[in-house]
Amino acid sequence: MLLQVEGITKAYPGVVANSDVSFSVGAGEVHALLGENGAGKSTLVKMIYGLVRPDAGRMELRGEAYAPAKPAEARRLGVAMVFQHFSLFEALNVAENVALGMENPPPMKELAARIRAVSEEYGLPLEPGRMVGDLSAGERQRVEIIRCLLQEPKLLIMDEPTSVLTPLEVEILFKTLRQLAREGTSILYISHKLEEIRSLCDAATILRRGRVVATCVPRDRTAREMAELMVGAALKTPERRKAALGPVALGVSGLSVESPIPFGTSLKDVSLVVHRGEVLGIAGVAGNGQDELLLALSGEVRAEADRVRIEGHAAGHLGPAERRRAGLVAAPEDRYGHAAAPDMSLVENALLSGAVRKGLVAAGFIDWGATRAFAQEIIAAYDVRTPGPEVAARALSGGNLQKFLMGRELMQGAAVIVINQPTWGVDAAAAAAIRQSILDRAAEGAAVLVISQDLDELLEIADSFAVLNEGRLTKPRPVEGLTMEEIGLMMGGAHGMEVAHHAG
Amino acid sequence: MDWGGIDPVILVATLMASAVPILLAALGETVVERAGVLNLGVEGLMVIGALGGFVTAVHTGSPVLGFVGGAVSGALLSLIFAALTQVFLANQVATGLALTLFGLGVSSLGGQGYNGIKPPATGPLLPEALGDLPVVGPILFGHDWVVYFSILATAVTWWVLKATRAGLIIRAVGESHEAAHALGYKVNRIRLLCIAFGGAMAGMGGAYISLARVPQWVDGITAGAGWIALAIVVFASWRPWRVLLGAYLFGGISVLQLNLQVAGSGIPVEYLSMAPYLITILVLVLMSSGRGRAAVGAPAALGQNFHASR
Repeated sequence: MLLQVEGITKAYPGVVANSDVSFSVGAGEVHALLGENGAGKSTLVKMIYGLVRPDAGRMELRGEAYAPAKPAEARRLGVAMVFQHFSLFEALNVAENVALGMENPPPMKELAARIRAVSEEYGLPLEPGRMVGDLSAGERQRVEIIRCLLQEPKLLIMDEPTSVLTPLEVEILFKTLRQLAREGTSILYISHKLEEIRSLCDAATILRRGRVVATCVPRDRTAREMAELMVGAALKTPERRKAALGPVALGVSGLSVESPIPFGTSLKDVSLVVHRGEVLGIAGVAGNGQDELLLALSGEVRAEADRVRIEGHAAGHLGPAERRRAGLVAAPEDRYGHAAAPDMSLVENALLSGAVRKGLVAAGFIDWGATRAFAQEIIAAYDVRTPGPEVAARALSGGNLQKFLMGRELMQGAAVIVINQPTWGVDAAAAAAIRQSILDRAAEGAAVLVISQDLDELLEIADSFAVLNEGRLTKPRPVEGLTMEEIGLMMGGAHGMEVAHHAG
Repeated sequence: MDWGGIDPVILVATLMASAVPILLAALGETVVERAGVLNLGVEGLMVIGALGGFVTAVHTGSPVLGFVGGAVSGALLSLIFAALTQVFLANQVATGLALTLFGLGVSSLGGQGYNGIKPPATGPLLPEALGDLPVVGPILFGHDWVVYFSILATAVTWWVLKATRAGLIIRAVGESHEAAHALGYKVNRIRLLCIAFGGAMAGMGGAYISLARVPQWVDGITAGAGWIALAIVVFASWRPWRVLLGAYLFGGISVLQLNLQVAGSGIPVEYLSMAPYLITILVLVLMSSGRGRAAVGAPAALGQNFHASR
């Protein structure tokens, strides 16, 4: 046994993140930690990596007591971690980023040479002098992985590594991970993508509300069985009610927009149409123009009038409030600060986007009664768990706030609904509910444009499918009959990634 | 050589000395901002340093100890800012502004009774014979030690930020505190140390005003130098050698303005007195507008407090 975890418990004020968690990982084993958001996976690995200290329980690494006080100690003992977000510095170059994750980095020149050597060995090409801000998501992850590999870890922890990768990049990552496992490195793999786990992992520990509820061999179970173990209940697949396509409700032609975001991607000649009753899914790896597309559609970034048409009327020159009035609502990805004002109450947040369409403002005065009723309606319809509508948006968990924000846009009866990442960070049951209501709106005759990085989600709800790649949109195609290979080709993107044919 | 009653050699030599206070303060603030902290209290730190340095020098009779005293008092005051923003997570802008007002008030109170006293002089560092050489003498050899120290400090700050691990960590913390935290760096502790360094440098800059430039104690002696230092940091896009350039440019304008007044130029004095501040505003507007922020290399986490959750 490489790592043995016994009876780990960690409580935060008001929540028990982990309660009496035990599992073990063998040498060279790829072990999955499965669970919904908030199940305690991240807290658990943070304790293994020394970022958080457990309240009770013990860990053993290679048969010796293991209680890292800080990440540096964990790294010294051979534990490395690839984070899901937040561990790269955009304005620093690759070598500097790698050096920051090492205990005793060699001088920069030597480090650059070693980065080149390791990246060749594992087929993850990287240029040490490049700014991380200019790299694609896949390349950024390579930086993280190489940072870990340079320290020759015994245990590699990966926290949702594939959430930002194209299918091709995922394949390359898996080859690298299998190669590492063959060489004797153990991998602790966190994900809620079940098919990936079935193809990669030797064993899985399933967490629910901080407790271990099951262990299994992923290959022997279906994805659905594992999902039900995670949720603890039978899952409902969203139902699609086939509605006849109506007239075009959203038309975009030749839209090119400079990105207002630092290190952002400008949109280049984007054209699309969405009919009433249709869901158009837009896939693509984060940072390929998704945020910019949302900004250009919501009206935060304006273009020439003719470029964007809402129900036949030129709207490219209109701002967000005018576009809402014209019938287009938009839900951006970033919940805290873009979709919601975090320190304002749910009622106030309901007003911010609902004022125009729900008629919550009369003669310059806010109708607080109607606004509160609107907020309460959303809370009830979308099962938002909150003590009341006066609670600050920040106080809600990510998934709950997402439900509220989705409800806020979906319940305005708009002709066109644009959503970026509808179920990002939301657990399986709530995600299913959100997808269902997107389908319901479409069945009622709304044109819906969903931008998402979750391919399975898009294939489940979309009628037609397109890919954003470096700011360019592929020609939308009907989802029916689309194969994974074709999607992979559309997504392209995995530039020059090849796994080296490594002897061993 | 003589341009309308102004000797360019003397002009350059004076601007080097007159730039020292803003140069030192701006170098300190550069490090603070590179670590992601916006300390608008530089003016307050400078004026406290000016008083601390003056009092120490008067009582010990040693100008060198005076500068140490100035640095220590600046660092101590900055620790209040550090405690408020890094421990209690107070808003950095508001705290910085309060620090300026607090520093001005405290120095005014503490400075009572020091008016009209002359501090021990800080003389030229090198033998006078060198300073008497034509042209290069006044410019290169005629200065007191603090002028050389300020140039050395520029070089050291540049080297530390660019080439050392400490500098890399400071830049990393200012770029993304979440990522730095995830890698196990103590974000708030690193920032606290940077703030203290910034305070010491601002304090020393202030001490140079009261010990060498003026040299005596007057209420509000820094007269806005702290604000100019803040502007220079942005103007220099957070790079030490450009800070030096900016400080000399701004120092040069204020010296030129005095010289022109003396030389009886046709331009009204008021316009000249305004010039450095106008340029400051112009620079700030140009560099902080819209896309400029990232393009000029502003630390991405500038002004944001960090609280380690989970």
